[in-house]
Amino acid sequence: MSEAMTVSVLLVDDEAPFLETLRKRLTRRGLAVETAGDGAAALAALERGVCVDVVVLDVKMPGLSGLDVLQKIKTLHPLVEVVLLTGHATLEGAVDGMRLGAFDYLMKPCEMDDLLAKIFEAKGRKNEQERKIGEAEARCRGQEP
Amino acid sequence: MFDRHYYKSLTRSMILTVFLVSLAPLALISVITSYQFHTAYKDRVHAHLRELVMKHKRNIDGFLAEKLTVIRVLADLIPEDRFRNEIALQGILKSLRDRHHEAFVDMGLVNAAGLQVAYAGPFRLERADYAEAAWFREAMRSELYISDVFLGLRGAPHFIVAVKVRARGEEWILRATVDFVAFNELVESVSVGETGLAYIVNAQGEFQTRPRREPAVGGPELKAILARRGQSGPATGFSPESAGGRGQASQSMVDLDMVRDQAGRECLLLNAPLKDGDWTLIYQQEVADAYQSLFHARNLSLFVILAGGVGILLMAFVVSNRMVSRIVDADRERDMMNEQVIEAGKLVSVGELAAGIAHEINNPLAIIMEEAGWVQDLLDDEYLKKSESYGEMARALTQIRDQGDRCRGITHKLLSFARKIDPTVKPVQINDIVRDMAALSEQRARFANVHIIADLEPDLPVVPASPSELQQVLVNLINNAIDAMEQKGGELKLRTRSEPGFVTVSIADSGMGIPKANLARIFDPFYTTKPVGKGTGLGLSICFGIVKKMGGTISVESAPDQGATFHVRLPRAEGKA
Repeated sequence: MSEAMTVSVLLVDDEAPFLETLRKRLTRRGLAVETAGDGAAALAALERGVCVDVVVLDVKMPGLSGLDVLQKIKTLHPLVEVVLLTGHATLEGAVDGMRLGAFDYLMKPCEMDDLLAKIFEAKGRKNEQERKIGEAEARCRGQEP
Repeated sequence: MFDRHYYKSLTRSMILTVFLVSLAPLALISVITSYQFHTAYKDRVHAHLRELVMKHKRNIDGFLAEKLTVIRVLADLIPEDRFRNEIALQGILKSLRDRHHEAFVDMGLVNAAGLQVAYAGPFRLERADYAEAAWFREAMRSELYISDVFLGLRGAPHFIVAVKVRARGEEWILRATVDFVAFNELVESVSVGETGLAYIVNAQGEFQTRPRREPAVGGPELKAILARRGQSGPATGFSPESAGGRGQASQSMVDLDMVRDQAGRECLLLNAPLKDGDWTLIYQQEVADAYQSLFHARNLSLFVILAGGVGILLMAFVVSNRMVSRIVDADRERDMMNEQVIEAGKLVSVGELAAGIAHEINNPLAIIMEEAGWVQDLLDDEYLKKSESYGEMARALTQIRDQGDRCRGITHKLLSFARKIDPTVKPVQINDIVRDMAALSEQRARFANVHIIADLEPDLPVVPASPSELQQVLVNLINNAIDAMEQKGGELKLRTRSEPGFVTVSIADSGMGIPKANLARIFDPFYTTKPVGKGTGLGLSICFGIVKKMGGTISVESAPDQGATFHVRLPRAEGKA
């Protein structure tokens, strides 16, 4: 669980009961979970500097759609990984999401094990990206006189 | 829906229309041409017959005039007492017969009292008394005379050429008998065709020659014709001079009538005056014989028209049946398409409804599943595990989760069913689609321990296709490939290549392969080798339909335990490299 303790997740969904229950379940599994009821709230949380490794993002939401939020997240916080959660089995939506930089997508309702697996994989990729960036920065610093 | 009567009626109408439109001009032209030809031919035949009769009339008149002239010249040159000498008369007769092909039979000199004072010839007519003979009385009234044919004292048909001679204050008649047989042959020589017949009648309708067959007209009908002839030109008395006026004779002297003989056959009857109207030359010929060539031509034309008509009818029948058959097919296809459009419309409505319902159910279902999951999480607490009701709660929770999974399956299927595919065709870079689909399937492939290898040809030409449909084809093929390798993992090779006129995408897996027996049926609808409930058997069938609609082909090659490779071959956009 030591790895799990390090994962912080932002859940974004307009269905409050779903959001709350999922938060409790992920928290119970040792993840640090923040929630947002819509896209704007999610972006605001990221803007506030809330530590987030992975965003689990509902695609269909009132106001900003999941894909709009994804686009903004990848622009403003490129290291944050996003797993799309959708109630629609639209191939085009999934393809668009992947093109915009989503880590993967899952269909609602999803198995907890599947969700956890995706979150940990996303976290793994984020760690890998951060490690590469760290190494690159270290090389840059080493080259400085 | 398909009214047989309607199509039968349509076939009949088409046959009739084609037949009439094709035949009417032919028939019209044939009728007009036939009429013109008929008229011209008849006129020509009539003119020919008139000419023939006219020519023959001249011959006969010439014959008679010649005989009369000979007798008159003899009467003028030889003294009367020479004729009274029977030995001298026989010499003259012999000379006449020699010079005139034995046309003269006998000769005689008759005094004013009608007593034949001298005779030369084969009969015993010396001292014969002609005082009461009609020909004698007529001969005494005119200078020159040719009698009608009669039997006379000899009891054989003949006619007399007579000239009045004046000598020693008395009047004598020098007469000669013309050979009836020779004259008859001369008249009959005119016959044309098989039924042509010429004969001569006098003003009373009595035959002056002996016709070979029964003439077409006789009795009152003949007399009516003769009466008409008599009105048009009354007899003026025959003389060699009048017979010699050939230049004045014209076809207008020949009358033409259409009569029926005793057998009811239609005959052409031409008549021309002889002996300045004393006699009439009659020529008859059956119409069927006279117009034989015309009737042949008419029969030939009729045969050609009839054969043409039959040909046109057959053609109209075949063409109409083919056209109606195509119309039936087209109507059937149209009706089927209409039905399909209606069904598709219904399906779209049902799909939209299903999607709405599925979406509405999906969200609460997600909450139920999460709540059930949460309860399960709580039940995992140690103190709850000690509860008496723990087993029952755990069972109920499992049931909730199982039924929730079942509902999730249903809503996912409904959403898949209602998935909208945009069929708009536009230039598509297949490499982009392949990359997208590979990315989409990457996570699933990783779980199945499948390594995706993309071998994409750079600068691939674009193809005209619907991106949505092409995505569906590729995702189906990629999912099938991953399914085939799910047990043991493997390699999924995605390869694109350009060929002349085509672009090919190959999806190759390293799975268990497809048995040879299944290869032929793999694109059939509802054919699946997946476990029950896992596949519908529609995926490859849909791929086949989509690729075919794009004008491409989809094929598969496989061997057991050596994987399977699907090749999708799509036509390149025209005019683009």
